[in-house]
Amino acid sequence: MQSIIARIEAGERITGPEFLRLERAADLHQLGFLANAVRERLHPDPVVTYVIDRNINYTDICISACKFCAFFKAPEDAGGQVLSKDELAQKIAETQALGGTQILLQGGLHPNKPLEFYEDMLRFIKATGIHIHGFSPPEVVHFSQLSGLPVKEVLQRLIAAGLDSIPGGGAEILSDRVRREMAPKKCGADQWIEVMEIAHGLGLRTTATMMFGHIETVEERLEHLQRIRDLQDRTGGFTAFIPWPFQPDHTPIAAVRKIEKTSAVGYLRMLALSRIFLDNVRNIQASWVTQGPKIAQLSLFFGANDFGSTMIEENVVAAAGVRFRLSEEEIRRLVADAGFKPQQRLMNYTPVP
Amino acid sequence: MDAYIEQAGLGRILTKVRKEERLSMDDGRTLFNHPNILALGYLANIVRERKNGNQAFFIYNQHINYSNICTNLCKFCAFGKEKGHDLAYEMSVEEVKAKVRQRLDEPIDEIHMVGGIHPDLPFSYYLDLLRGIKEVRPDVHIQAFTCVEIHHLAQLVGKSVERTLQEMVDAGLGSLPGGGAEVFSPRIRQLTCEKKLPGAGWLEVAKTAHRLGLRTNATMLYGHIETIDERLEHVDALRRAQDETGGFLAFIPLAFHPKNTAMAEHSNTTGINDLKNIAVSRLMLDNFPHIKAYWVMIGPKLAQVALSFGADDMDGTVKEEVITHMAGAETEQALGHKTLIRLIKEAGRQPVQRDTLYSVLATF
Repeated sequence: MQSIIARIEAGERITGPEFLRLERAADLHQLGFLANAVRERLHPDPVVTYVIDRNINYTDICISACKFCAFFKAPEDAGGQVLSKDELAQKIAETQALGGTQILLQGGLHPNKPLEFYEDMLRFIKATGIHIHGFSPPEVVHFSQLSGLPVKEVLQRLIAAGLDSIPGGGAEILSDRVRREMAPKKCGADQWIEVMEIAHGLGLRTTATMMFGHIETVEERLEHLQRIRDLQDRTGGFTAFIPWPFQPDHTPIAAVRKIEKTSAVGYLRMLALSRIFLDNVRNIQASWVTQGPKIAQLSLFFGANDFGSTMIEENVVAAAGVRFRLSEEEIRRLVADAGFKPQQRLMNYTPVP
Repeated sequence: MDAYIEQAGLGRILTKVRKEERLSMDDGRTLFNHPNILALGYLANIVRERKNGNQAFFIYNQHINYSNICTNLCKFCAFGKEKGHDLAYEMSVEEVKAKVRQRLDEPIDEIHMVGGIHPDLPFSYYLDLLRGIKEVRPDVHIQAFTCVEIHHLAQLVGKSVERTLQEMVDAGLGSLPGGGAEVFSPRIRQLTCEKKLPGAGWLEVAKTAHRLGLRTNATMLYGHIETIDERLEHVDALRRAQDETGGFLAFIPLAFHPKNTAMAEHSNTTGINDLKNIAVSRLMLDNFPHIKAYWVMIGPKLAQVALSFGADDMDGTVKEEVITHMAGAETEQALGHKTLIRLIKEAGRQPVQRDTLYSVLATF
């Protein structure tokens, strides 16, 4: 352990086996001090950033039927919706009125909308001037399969229609064993990485997420982090990593199998381990949406340097029974109270004056 | 990890903590003003593990608030109501007994019972409450009536505090909870609860109880208008009282909840502030055996983390919590036994079910 700690303190990269050793043997204080040291090395100024944006879920109709999701409606279910242009316009106007700079545009895998539908939606939204952070890799792969076009061409057409960056959703755990059980119809781990690699090659910046605390092993968490770190070595295209624990309430898997919700200590440990392992990803986001304001504030000492988004609207976690809400003012108060300077940012982490 | 403490400028305090030397008020100021919560947690954890090892305690208890009618009407309180108010209530002895009876099938070890300063319930009512509970559940430990209520009852009946307490013990009282301490500072009491028993009076009742062989807890309500020095003076007064009697079991920092109070303009406490109060009180109160992270106040998530920041007790399963929830607490009303045990284990601690006096009933 002492040699691993010394390596981290010297700013060196740790290996997979060293990650597993830390995960097993390090206590909460050690992980906090080490993650905080890595964070301070990457961000010597005591600034914590956040973005003002809104999640817009253009549809909840989804053919993927992931077992961890409490949000989707199957196509044959009644009650699924696709947002109209009027609804989109109103949501964007509200976002801009609150000083919002971007929207996070994600939806279910709709069975039959053509690529032109999404291009049209992008062009419509782009007319407002807002940054479109949209379409996670499973959506891009789905569009590619429906249209018969390669991923690269799909992305080029989406970029031409106004797509600015890609959110890191749908990564869940980048391990095929986990995906086969939890989300067999969703794109595989290789495909997720491939979409991100192509996107980075086309000049898009993206984030990466990890949803942990369900059926995965520690080794599979490591596999996930390793794949993110390897791709980042090749492209440098990830702006941030966002780990958040699975919220089991109302999900299909929770109905058939008892999965305990990850505790706050479990979350802080994983956050710190991510900060330590992902030495080449500059920013780590706290997940106040799943952890609430108190633990989110504390996560600024466990590796996080970003408070994520104000999320004027959020539907997916809320569907799993977790409904924390924070205003921009409250985020600024929490950040300042923890001893940092709050700073609004854009998707690419440049400050908003 | 000692190097991180040195780097944070807390090396001198670390040395004192390792040597078990008492920290000064100046040390307390340094700690409260320090920006690195990890360093405070690490220091507090040294004391926590010295005193309680890897154990984390909880109790299976039942809360009963016999009445919310109160003549004090403290500004930070959303629970107390004037007599005649729409939301005012008082339970008869029979109603309280029924509440106890309802849960006879559960392994409850403690009944935690507090109320307001009621203008006209007679002393006999309180004795009947104690006797009534014991009648229904003879083995249960009754932790009831804050020092403020005890003082009020002594005045009401025209007897000394000592005599009053003795009669209550004879009727079944087992220990006193730590409420009503708020912040001892006369300035704070003047501004927020001017009718309440002053700090010196609160301490006198607690010490009298200790001399009669009763164990008691102590609280501090933080996160409103109090200064750091006022917190430290509060903690220091408790430390001196404990030097005299040794009767305090646990210190419980209580996070102010502004909603529905006359001080609703304040914000909720932050997680960092909550942990700071737990860590600094663990470090300053070197003669208190236990520091409690009351999950009802700060949420189960932060209470779990607090087990590494100085706290060794998560309180209990608590059902029907009313006082904090009337002030807008969004925590669950009850945490299941199993959930508590799981949270403690995931924090790397050993769950220990205790009785009121911290005897071990079961380990998990």
